[in-house]
Amino acid sequence: MSEETRLGLYRQVVRLRRFEERAYRLFMEGLVKGTSHLSLGMEAVAAGVAEAMNPDDYTYCTYRGHAHTLARGTPMDGVMAELLGRANGVCAGKGGSMHLTSIEHGVMGSYAIIGAHLPIAVGSAWSAQLRGSDQVTVCFFGDGATNIGAFHEALNLAVVWNLPVVFVCENNLWMEYTAIADVTAVEHPAADRAAAYGLERIVVDGNDPEAVHLEAKKAIDKARSGGGPTMFEAMTYRHGGHSRADPGDYRPKEEVEEWLAKDPLPFYRQRLLDLGVDAGVLDEIEQQAQADVDAATEAAKNGPLPDIDSAFTDVWADGGSSWRN
Amino acid sequence: MAELITYREAVAKAIAQEMRRDESVVFLGEDIAAAGGVFKATKGLLDEFGPTRVRDTPISEEAILGAAMGAAMTGMRPIAEIMFSDFLATCWDIVAVEIAKSRYMTAGQVKVPLVIRTANGGGLRFGAQHSQAVENWAMMIPGLKVVAPSTPADLIGLFAASVRSDDPVLFFEQKSLYPTKGEVPDGEIVDELGVAKTVRKGDDVTIVALAAMVPRAVTAAERLQEEHGISAEVIDLRSLVPMDTRTVLESVSRTSRLVTVEENPRLCGWGAEVVSIVGEECFWDLDAPLTRITTPHVPLPSADTLEDETLPNVDRITETVAKVVG
Ligand SMILES: Cc1ncc(C[n+]2csc(CCOP(=O)(O)OP(=O)(O)O)c2C)c(N)n1
Repeated sequence: MSEETRLGLYRQVVRLRRFEERAYRLFMEGLVKGTSHLSLGMEAVAAGVAEAMNPDDYTYCTYRGHAHTLARGTPMDGVMAELLGRANGVCAGKGGSMHLTSIEHGVMGSYAIIGAHLPIAVGSAWSAQLRGSDQVTVCFFGDGATNIGAFHEALNLAVVWNLPVVFVCENNLWMEYTAIADVTAVEHPAADRAAAYGLERIVVDGNDPEAVHLEAKKAIDKARSGGGPTMFEAMTYRHGGHSRADPGDYRPKEEVEEWLAKDPLPFYRQRLLDLGVDAGVLDEIEQQAQADVDAATEAAKNGPLPDIDSAFTDVWADGGSSWRN
Repeated sequence: MAELITYREAVAKAIAQEMRRDESVVFLGEDIAAAGGVFKATKGLLDEFGPTRVRDTPISEEAILGAAMGAAMTGMRPIAEIMFSDFLATCWDIVAVEIAKSRYMTAGQVKVPLVIRTANGGGLRFGAQHSQAVENWAMMIPGLKVVAPSTPADLIGLFAASVRSDDPVLFFEQKSLYPTKGEVPDGEIVDELGVAKTVRKGDDVTIVALAAMVPRAVTAAERLQEEHGISAEVIDLRSLVPMDTRTVLESVSRTSRLVTVEENPRLCGWGAEVVSIVGEECFWDLDAPLTRITTPHVPLPSADTLEDETLPNVDRITETVAKVVG
């Protein structure tokens, strides 16, 4: 792996970390309303996969989608403004934290119904196949989605139609407040079931950006060259709770400690230092990320509130909310 | 030169018309390709367009509509079949929460130009799990358009409009209408969504109907004329969302009476919406209570006698309207 790729991965992990730390703070200050689901601790998955994608590839993600949206190149300003409910947010304030979308960057949407987006991602892959384009669709989802019917329907269809789609399960061991192991018949909910659909069983260390990247690249290249879908399961952990201010204290202390020790950020920094990368280069990346987050926060705070009239638009292609004449 | 064809034949004709015109139109569903559909309404499409564009799927309703949605978002115009409209319940998340809401939530970034066509309603003794008229399920969800034609010509014209619409359309074909015949003009037929049709002119009362209830309302209107000397106007709504309320209001303000005829359980049926709009806007023009004829609030029974009595029939429509006109 080139040093450039390595630094790119590091830059991404740092950006995602700083962004979400800020999002959390803004939530506690009451500036981010509703709810938000952070992926602090899970950044290596989004960073590693996105680095392996082409600009016109498609991404589908869940309500825990800040990282995936940003990693595809969606500007931080637009994402932060959306969290703050501003008109200059990526969805003009109509989406919010759980529904980040940026079609321009291939971010096809963040879906808040568990498992719903797997069949939709299959549809994008089908469309790419029909149009003869070489776009690959990547679909991120949580371990909890693997017990939903749509997961199985989507996998089966993707295989029988040999579609260019890569399924990425971020297995953080927990659904909302329930351990996946307590309610699931197999140990690796995505990978163990993949074999049933004729897919290779792939389990990746989801806290190692390079491991994720290499595995994702293989899968994406395979999909792009007509080799069909791949399922892989990245083992990772969320540092915080499920959403908002959930402290996550239903989780065993030792488990949390064990995973905090595997935090991808210090881990990867250390690896880069061991490989001889200059500490100054890494420090600069960190400072830049912090400066970007500060600027995005300022821009979002100063962004205009949405015009009330916009609540009535975009229901139909021809405009507003009117359904009678 | 007009041609006389069945509502069933109109389906394949409508799909073929749009597939010939636009390469991005693709068709998927269970048993639709090789078998030509369980109602044989899609026969011949596989032969003409091939398995890339006319595609059999597994029994996976969520995957059918999910795939259709993903394809629609990325440049295609899919037509997806849900074999019986009752089965929409198995993929209601995709319909009501994903397809319907994406344009809005993304401030117009996402468009979902797809048509879900499905066999709706009773009359074939199939029992409650294959006979329900469920257009009301769809009507109350912002973001979906809801269409239900009653004749072969309307089916083709409204279908073309649905495929060409940039919004998702739920297209309800009434399954007991498949063998019925109607004239269709030569050449391409394209209609407009949200335009009702006055299928019979009249002065004393307005009857608003949809799909299979339209021919029944027309027959009832003829009997009302012959037996009671009552002149009934019959409006085929054709599309519930958007709804042509102008034609209805114009008619009721002239006839001063309204009866709606719907084939669905009474609670919250679309007729209640029509009645409420007319009540709000035409109250001072009215000479009789606004009246709804519906299926009672029961799942649809199967036996001949039970189904016939449950669905609004010509006798019930005739009697009810005669009473309203008084
Ligand atoms: C169909 C559905 N059921 C329940 C929920 C409520 N819910 C939101 S997040 C969540 C847990 C999901 O866990 P997982 O898939 O592992 O994803 P993670 O949050 O860990 O990223 C649940 C049950 C939902 N959003 N959708």
